[in-house]
Formats: sequence, C-alpha cells, structure tokens
Amino acid sequence: MRQRRRTWQTLLATTATLTVAAVALTGCGGTATEAKSTPKAAAASFEGKGPINYVSNRDASGAANKSIEEWNAAHPEEKVTFIELPDSADQQRQQLIQNAQIKSDTFSVLNLDVVWTSEFAANKWILPLPADAVPTEKMIPATVNAATYRDSLVGAPYYTDGALFYFRSDLLKAAGIAAPPKTWDEMKTACKAILALPEAAGMSCYTGQFDKNEALTVNFSEAVASAGGSIVDADGKPTVNTPEAKEGLNLLVNGFKDGMFPSDAITYLEEQGRRAFQDGKLVFMRNWPFLHASLSATDGSSKVAGKFDITSIPGTDGPGVSTLGGRSLAISPFTPNKATALEFVKFFTSEEQAQKRLALSSRAPVYASLFEDPAVVAKRPFFPTLLTSLNNAQPRPKVVQYGATTKAIQEEAYAAITGAKDTDTALNDMQAKLTELTK
Amino acid sequence: MTTTTAPPAGAQTGTPHAPGPRKRGHRSPGEGRMAAMLLSPTLLVLALVIVYPLLSAVHQSLFRAESGLDADGFVSDVESFVGLANYADLFVGESGRRFLNAFANTTFFTVTTVFLETVLGLCLALAMNRAFRGRPFLRASILVPWAVPTAVSGLLWRWIFQSDGIANTLLGSEILWTAEGNASKLAVIIAEVWKTAPFIGLLVLAGMQVIPGEVYEAARIDGAGWWRQLGSITLPLVKPTLLVAVLFRMLDALRMFDLPFVLIGPGKESVETLSMLAWDESNQLRYGSASAFAVMLFLYVAVVAIVFAKVLGADVTGAKELKLLSKKTARKNRLAANQTQAAADLSNADQKKAEATR
Repeated sequence: MRQRRRTWQTLLATTATLTVAAVALTGCGGTATEAKSTPKAAAASFEGKGPINYVSNRDASGAANKSIEEWNAAHPEEKVTFIELPDSADQQRQQLIQNAQIKSDTFSVLNLDVVWTSEFAANKWILPLPADAVPTEKMIPATVNAATYRDSLVGAPYYTDGALFYFRSDLLKAAGIAAPPKTWDEMKTACKAILALPEAAGMSCYTGQFDKNEALTVNFSEAVASAGGSIVDADGKPTVNTPEAKEGLNLLVNGFKDGMFPSDAITYLEEQGRRAFQDGKLVFMRNWPFLHASLSATDGSSKVAGKFDITSIPGTDGPGVSTLGGRSLAISPFTPNKATALEFVKFFTSEEQAQKRLALSSRAPVYASLFEDPAVVAKRPFFPTLLTSLNNAQPRPKVVQYGATTKAIQEEAYAAITGAKDTDTALNDMQAKLTELTK
Repeated sequence: MTTTTAPPAGAQTGTPHAPGPRKRGHRSPGEGRMAAMLLSPTLLVLALVIVYPLLSAVHQSLFRAESGLDADGFVSDVESFVGLANYADLFVGESGRRFLNAFANTTFFTVTTVFLETVLGLCLALAMNRAFRGRPFLRASILVPWAVPTAVSGLLWRWIFQSDGIANTLLGSEILWTAEGNASKLAVIIAEVWKTAPFIGLLVLAGMQVIPGEVYEAARIDGAGWWRQLGSITLPLVKPTLLVAVLFRMLDALRMFDLPFVLIGPGKESVETLSMLAWDESNQLRYGSASAFAVMLFLYVAVVAIVFAKVLGADVTGAKELKLLSKKTARKNRLAANQTQAAADLSNADQKKAEATR
C-alpha cells in the first residue's frame, strides 16, 4: 500500500512540476483580463512607416490586387500584403475580432462590412480617422453615414451596394401597364392584372429574401423604412413598436398571407430568388445588383433575358428605402505603421483608384460621379438606377451589438411572416429584445 | 498505452522476486518510480490539452463582460466575476428557453439518429458479412457517405431538400424542409443517418468477422435456423463491438453541429443544438455564457458516457477484463489469458506478466 502511495506521489509531483514549467514557458499562465491601458481614441496619431498587411474578403475580380500592386510599385519600403479571409462574413468577423482581442499587429488595415462599424469602433478595435482623410463630400451620403460612429469617421468607404427592384417589362407591357409600380399598392394592382394573363399562368407576384438570415434583416429594414419607420432612432434607441414599423412588417406578413409571395419564399435567399425569377416564375423581385449579369445572360441560361428591367424598390407612399451594403477600410490601433496604413487607405479609396477598379470589378463605387460616366454605364446598365436607390438608402441599425440585434430581428420577423406570432406580439417582443441589447 | 505500462526489462531483472502469484499494483519501489517517470510526459500533455482548456472554460464561465457603453460610446473591457449567474440564467427567461430547446433538440437527435443508425448499421453489416461476388466493392461503396465531410454532405442534402429540389419532386410534395418546423428535424435525421450508419455497419462487420466459422457450423449441425443463429450467436458475440460503436456515435451525436448548421442554417430553433448555441453565444462575444453552455454540454456528454458504460457495460478501454484477470490466481490467470487471447485485446504487459509467473 505504501509503495503505491509513494508511486502516486512521485507521479503527481513530476507531473505538477513539469506542468508548471511548461505553463510558465509557454506563457499561458493567466486568463485574467487586467484592465487595459486604453489609449484615448481621439488622441490617436498616425506615426510609423513600414510594411503593412491589408486584410480583406476575397476579390475574385483581381481589381483590389491591381490597386495594391500599383501602391507597392510606388512604395517599395512600405509594401502592402493582401491577406484573404474566408468567404463567410461570420468567419471574417470572428478572425478580425480574435486578432483585435489579442492585440495582434498582423492585421493593419481592415476591410469591414458596414454593419460591423459600430461594434469595432465601440470596442476600440479601429481608429477614428482624421477629418480630412477621405473626400466625404464627393461620396454618397449613406456610405459615409455607415462608416461613422458617434460623429467620428472610423472607416473610409470602399464600395457599396443597394437594393434593386427587378420586374418583367414584357408582362407589364402585355397587361397595358405603362410604368413600373412605385408603391406596394400599385404592385398589387399590377400583379392582379398580370397574373390574369394567359402567359403568366402559374407565376407568383413578388419575392425578396425571407429565410432566417441576414437577408431577412435587410428585407425587414427596407419594409419598415419604406413605410416611414426605423429600427433604431438617431440616439440608437429601438423604435419597432411604432405604427410605421407595424405597417412595414405587415407588408411582408400579408404578402405571404394573400399569396402574393410564393409560399416557399420563406426559404429564399438571393440565389433561390434569382433562380425563380430567371425561370420565369416571378413578376417582381427585390434583389442585389450582382444578379443583373446572370439574368441578362443570352446563352440560354436565363429565360428572362431582355424581358426584364430594373427600378427602385417600392414603398408605401412612393419609392421605398433601400438598405446599404458594402464595405469600408479601417485602421487597427495595434499596427506599428499607422502612417503607412493611413496613406494606403487614402490611396486605395481615392476616386482615381475607384475608377480604375471599375474596369475589372462590378462592385459599386462610393463616388456618385462614377455612376454617371457613360463609358461605365454602357458596361453596367444598372448603375443609374442603383445610384437612385443608394441616394435614398439607409444603413441597417447602427448598434454595437449588431450580431445579437440582427438575430433578434430575424427571430421575430421570421415568427411573424411564418404566422407563428401576430405582428403586434412579434414587434413588441422585438422591441423588448432590442431595448435590452442597446441599453 | 502498451509502451508506457510495460515495465522495463531492467527493472524486472534488477529486482528479483520470488516466483509465484503476484498481485497487481504490488511493485518494487524502483519499478513504481520508473513507471511514474515514464507516465508523466503523457499526463503532462493531457493536462495541457485537456485539463487546462477545461479549467479555463469553467473559469471563463464565471465571468461576464460589463454590458452597456460609457459616455463616449465605448465598450468597457472589464469582465466582472458573477459566480454561477451564467449557469442560473440557463434556466430562466429567454436564454433559458433557448437552452432548454437546444437541450431537447440535442437529446432528440441523439436518441433518434443513434437508434436508426444502429438498426440500419446492423442490417448493412449482416448483408456484407456474406461471401458474394463484388463484396469488396459494396463494402467500399457503403463507406462513401462516411468519407464525405459533414459540411459537404450538409450542402448536398440542402440541395436535395430545397423547395424545388429532388426530395419534393420525388414525393410530389411541397414541403419546406429548410424552414422552421418538424420537416427540418426530419431532414437532419435523414441526412445524419445516411452519413453515419456505415460507421456502425463497418465496426459491427469487423466484430462479426472474428466470430469463428465453426460456431456457426456447430449451430447448423444442431439444427439452428438463421434467426436462431442471429439471436444466439451473432448478436451476443458482436455486442461488445456494437456497444462501443453506439457509444461513439452517441458522443458524436451529442456534439452535433455542422450538419444542422449547413443543412438548415444557424439560428433555426427547430434544429438548434447545444453546440450551435455555444457557438452562437461566443459569436456574440458573450464568452461567459458561451463557456457555461459548453461546460453544461461537456457534463451532459460525460454523464451519458458514464451511464452508458455502467448500465450497458460497454467495455471501452478493456479495463474490465484486466480487473477480472487481476482477481484470479496465477493459474486461473494463465487459463483465462489463453482463453480470451483471441478475442480480448490484452496489453502486451499483461501477457508478459502472465508468462513471467508461469
């Protein structure tokens, strides 16, 4: 018995000694979060030159790489390395946050989705930019708004995106409707006339994106904003228990109830909607501009090529309000070469570079003037409509806890459109959740 | 295991002891210390990769980030100690509802999928256990679903189950498989069973193939039919393998994450499992409650594993056989070792010991 105890003692002692040694060596000794010495954000100065890393989502067009190559050729001492993140936005955000939490200096310039702006700024994971860093007066106002946190610009708008309303111009003509609908009521009337046509047999009226996903937040925000409401007010307090919000959500709820939307639209994301529209199953669709090319394809893959047109999304009393997509560039406070980072951001988001990138990339620039360039419009016919849409666009709720906020919105809006909750209950529950999140 | 428990030859010859029966654990001092030294690197690695993260998660689950913003709109980066509040929250209010829902989903998926997999896996194994032309080909093809990465199979099934997909076309139905509701549960179960039944099938097949042919021959001579052979020979003899396979599947199913995540989507309550919930919480930067979810899941898995091993007697590590052996005298020990040598995976050390005492 004593033998055995001795054995165990040796075993434990050896193990314990080795563990302590190893832990001390690897430096994973403590998890306690000491109060960090927080540099006052406003006093940020941009100093230090040298190589930096630009971390971003993928750019399949190669346009971003071209800009970087041009920079690197002119600045051999301050080379920029392109770090590509996974395609999933959630994973991008996670990697960016993890790097910020350990104060890693690997990521110098961050490419942020517009909805992450508030979260990153409030956590001091990005630096406020000097007032003259980017020519905001030339940019579409909504994109500047989306890159602003509490009156200070924290990101340089890079590219943007807005909703387009796709419609079957051939069927509208056949039904004798002169202009595309500007309001939901007009759309309903138009649908009635069109679906009565023999060539429209089996078609549905409209779809957006209604699966429980970020896209539902987009569609809900647009419905509410188009009815004159908002999700949060200017002070960041939730306002979804208003009559306007109710009217907005009811547009979607009744769309499903009245059979105006196909019943399987509850599983639609962008792609499913595109397929349905492309196969000629829908008269109207709210979607992003990137579909325009595949819908116009004349190789036989699209049944609606040449038979559709685009305009702004409908509202309740006039054109609706699009939400804003897109990205902006921000600078990490943990990079030693902040001067280079700032110079690079200025260079990369300049109008000149934006124009050069248009040759390769279909991503919409943030400079209004570029949308009207005839050479550009010839290549991207949807640009003028998109500009109208963007000029009337609103960012999605600008809240710090965006992840939890969008989840709460999706949860309740989904419950309402599937009929699990009535509109009032869903909106009251949403208001309660958002109040908790924006406290 | 074998290398670390085998007493070094030097220790054996250096400390001579009387031949005859020897109890386990009764070692000479040098031997014991040596064993401890040899074991400690293993324990060290285990401590670093298992114990430390576990304790760290438990520690994290006792803290919570301060909510709210300061006057300048910045998030305070102080985490305060909240004791067991994160755990208490698992049972009340909105987060309690989500936790219980995820808990119920996890349990439901585990029970249904493991049951169906076991039945299907057994059938597969029985089918493959016969000698017929093209058996190697069949065996390889049955393994294909298991070889497909779960996320990819999730995408495949998502394609099948989309509203205008093959499933609805074949059934002539208009079921929205990927929307909230029972259909999505069914979709997950189908995809999961498709993917993992081959695992059980192959493990059970391996168990069946070590059953000696003479046993069946004898049974046939005694006039036992196919069913009798199945009930009296095949099933009892593959039981140990089957139980281990089922245990592995249960532990896997309790941690289910990627299939519902890819097939149905995150945030769908009908299919949200505990792992998905923990992922979601950490994604919202609420590491405290995420850790609490993870610790609860860990405890749940541990309890299920222990209960399963105790009640059904799944002999996962071969410990039971060792214990049986150690209780017997050397003579019996030798006999038992000889008898079970073919079936049991005795460690080399014990065999050596049995020979040494001979």
